[in-house]
Amino acid sequence: MSDFKSAKVEVRLPSRMGFEKVAMSTAASVAKLMGFRPERIEDLKTAVAEACINAIEHGNRLNEKLSVGVVLSAADDALEVKVIDDGTGMRKQPMKPDIDRKMHGEEDPRGMGMFLIQALVDEAEWVAGSEGKSSYVRLVIRLDKAIE
Amino acid sequence: MQSETKAHVDQLTSPAGNPVAVLRFEGDIASTSKDAVLGTYQALPKATSKLVLLDFSKVDYINSSGIALVIQMMIEASNSAQKIYAFGLSPHFTKVFTMVGITKYAGLFSSQAEALAAL
Repeated sequence: MSDFKSAKVEVRLPSRMGFEKVAMSTAASVAKLMGFRPERIEDLKTAVAEACINAIEHGNRLNEKLSVGVVLSAADDALEVKVIDDGTGMRKQPMKPDIDRKMHGEEDPRGMGMFLIQALVDEAEWVAGSEGKSSYVRLVIRLDKAIE
Repeated sequence: MQSETKAHVDQLTSPAGNPVAVLRFEGDIASTSKDAVLGTYQALPKATSKLVLLDFSKVDYINSSGIALVIQMMIEASNSAQKIYAFGLSPHFTKVFTMVGITKYAGLFSSQAEALAAL
């Protein structure tokens, strides 16, 4: 872990569905180097993938002229991931999906990404950029000291 | 970038003698998987396919759009008096399916043998 103090990795993705897997693999590689447990790496992969999908689909509206920035910052005890797009940012808070409402057609079967992000990492915040640009979601996943 | 979703159907009989349609998926389950997931399910004869078992053992990546397709299938199944079950999910995706409430409407099993024994 000591080799990764303050290490930063940046990836730029085209706004095309599927490229979230590049960010997912990069985040998993960094987390593995930092010593995260395999279960937490799986949590991180899903959270990063969902954040990138939101950025590609809702932030950049699938405009391939725009890219999604992914910045991974490794610290002593945590990994921070910022996923940056050119959208106006998320105005609503994540809602827990209600499977009963979905099954009865009262709620869209989609719309679970933000909930999954928040549920799978230790911190998640959505920040609207100034002048409607460079909005980002910031995720933090902490290293479990007990197994270091 | 996304791995194409492949799907095929095996018709099996449970130890209890019930016909079970097993939908076997391979690749990613994402927004591009609609035909493979819903199309394969919708091609099953509704009258005789009352028990539908989803095999995720060769699926590595499922995102929220893919989960939404599974929920859409569950809604259609519920309207056709069919029951959906699944096996072969990794521990992580078993947790994710549980978090979003899928386990309330679809039974999850660790293996095909365990699922068939229960059907």
